[in-house]
Amino acid sequence: MLLNASGCLDALTAPEVARSLDAFVTKTVTPLPREGNAPVRIAEIDVGMLNSIGLANPGIDRFVTRSLPQLGKLGVPVWVSVGGFETDDYAEICSRLDDHEEVDAIELNVSCPNVEAPVESVAQIVAAARLASRKTLWAKLSPAVPDIGEVAKAAQAAGADGLSVVNTIRGLKLDVATLRPALGPGHGGLSGPALKPIALDAVANCYRATGMPIVGMGGIRSGLDALEFVAAGARHVAFGTVLFADPDAPARIRMELHRAASERGLNSYEDAYAIAHEEVLSLRTT
Amino acid sequence: MRRERRNVVATEPVGPYTLLRVTRGGIVPGIPGQFFMLEAPGRILPRPMSLCLAPAGELAFLIDPVGPGTHALCELGSGDELHLFGPLGNGFDLDVERPLLVGGGIGVAPFPYLSQALGAPPAVLGFRSDWHAQAAELVPNAHVCVDPTLVTDLIPSGFDVLACGPAPMLEAARGVAPEAQLAWEAPMACGYGACYGCAVEVDGELKRLCVEGPVLRAA
Repeated sequence: MLLNASGCLDALTAPEVARSLDAFVTKTVTPLPREGNAPVRIAEIDVGMLNSIGLANPGIDRFVTRSLPQLGKLGVPVWVSVGGFETDDYAEICSRLDDHEEVDAIELNVSCPNVEAPVESVAQIVAAARLASRKTLWAKLSPAVPDIGEVAKAAQAAGADGLSVVNTIRGLKLDVATLRPALGPGHGGLSGPALKPIALDAVANCYRATGMPIVGMGGIRSGLDALEFVAAGARHVAFGTVLFADPDAPARIRMELHRAASERGLNSYEDAYAIAHEEVLSLRTT
Repeated sequence: MRRERRNVVATEPVGPYTLLRVTRGGIVPGIPGQFFMLEAPGRILPRPMSLCLAPAGELAFLIDPVGPGTHALCELGSGDELHLFGPLGNGFDLDVERPLLVGGGIGVAPFPYLSQALGAPPAVLGFRSDWHAQAAELVPNAHVCVDPTLVTDLIPSGFDVLACGPAPMLEAARGVAPEAQLAWEAPMACGYGACYGCAVEVDGELKRLCVEGPVLRAA
């Protein structure tokens, strides 16, 4: 499946882009409404971009009453990204979403770059969400940990059905004229091409550690990028920064992905799944 | 709105700015004050630019080379290609009785097209130097001032103000003309409501400029 990364698409302002995906992932929803961080919120760098949006969202009440009914009419499966500041926040939102048919899956954002995510807290959050919800649960992990494989195992043991790998990682850009942070809040989350090797390694580690279904993301710009994630162990791939530059990216990447697989003698891109973990000789090249 | 790969017709210097002219293809120019996302060669993100002029078969953008993306756009030459996405956002409300265009610096960019749509109304334009003020030649009926004179000190009463320029200028324009239409600017990653990056605080509320603006009523 091809998805968007949470926070990188608003299906209600760009429904046609959402429909070009196999599932739409919402911006993270928190218990209370959040205006988000003060501007400036985004800054481009040579190898990607930084954002510090600060989980701007209408809060779970308005999300359920206003956004969700509209999202349900999109004709695309809806995954709701859930965030919070303590374990109970996640449990509360998961419980609120449990009876809504419009919700196909829940992605637990346990890795906002402004929040520390030690192994214990990921396990606690996933376990609490598991108790509160019967929905498919994906835990979205940060690569900024000593061993993401250990975090993945903890999420698996706590009841996650799959992993979203990876979230952005903290970075800083200075305004070269003033030598002060370019973003209002200071640091931000790094995304785009710079994140790709980090994300690819994280996907490979999570696959080796758990064998769980993984949504791979981080700097995917082409079908070949996406195929690499599949080869590293991702069942699905998601697009973030590339959607900002090109709303037509899903259709283009889908086409490129099939072509890239075919050029390597594979019947479909799914045949490349986890192939990076096999002996080199088994890779058929043309 | 649509996204198309277009050809550069020419780039022309206008003082420190560059007028980038591209073939129009199937893209409609939209309402003055709306903007387009222009692919910046070699960069990760496109750059938002309001339409400056819409000559037959072309779209033209006035660009201030302030960073790597705008520099790359200014360095494009005839025959080069770039992706264009738009028109985006909300433009100026053209249903005004006595329009007056108020602009500062590169904020003059949407005015040639706006002026055309409104039948060449009067304009007051402020620039930091005579060199920058060369951009005023693109706007008919313009009264020009240069630093340290503030353009917002030259706004006569009784006009419907349509303003574009740096935030302090817009705030001052709002002080003089509480009903003014103000075209704001913010760093923008996507231009179509996806990134939430272009939020600006207006009257204590954060507005997503690409979908709620860039033109907002002052009041």
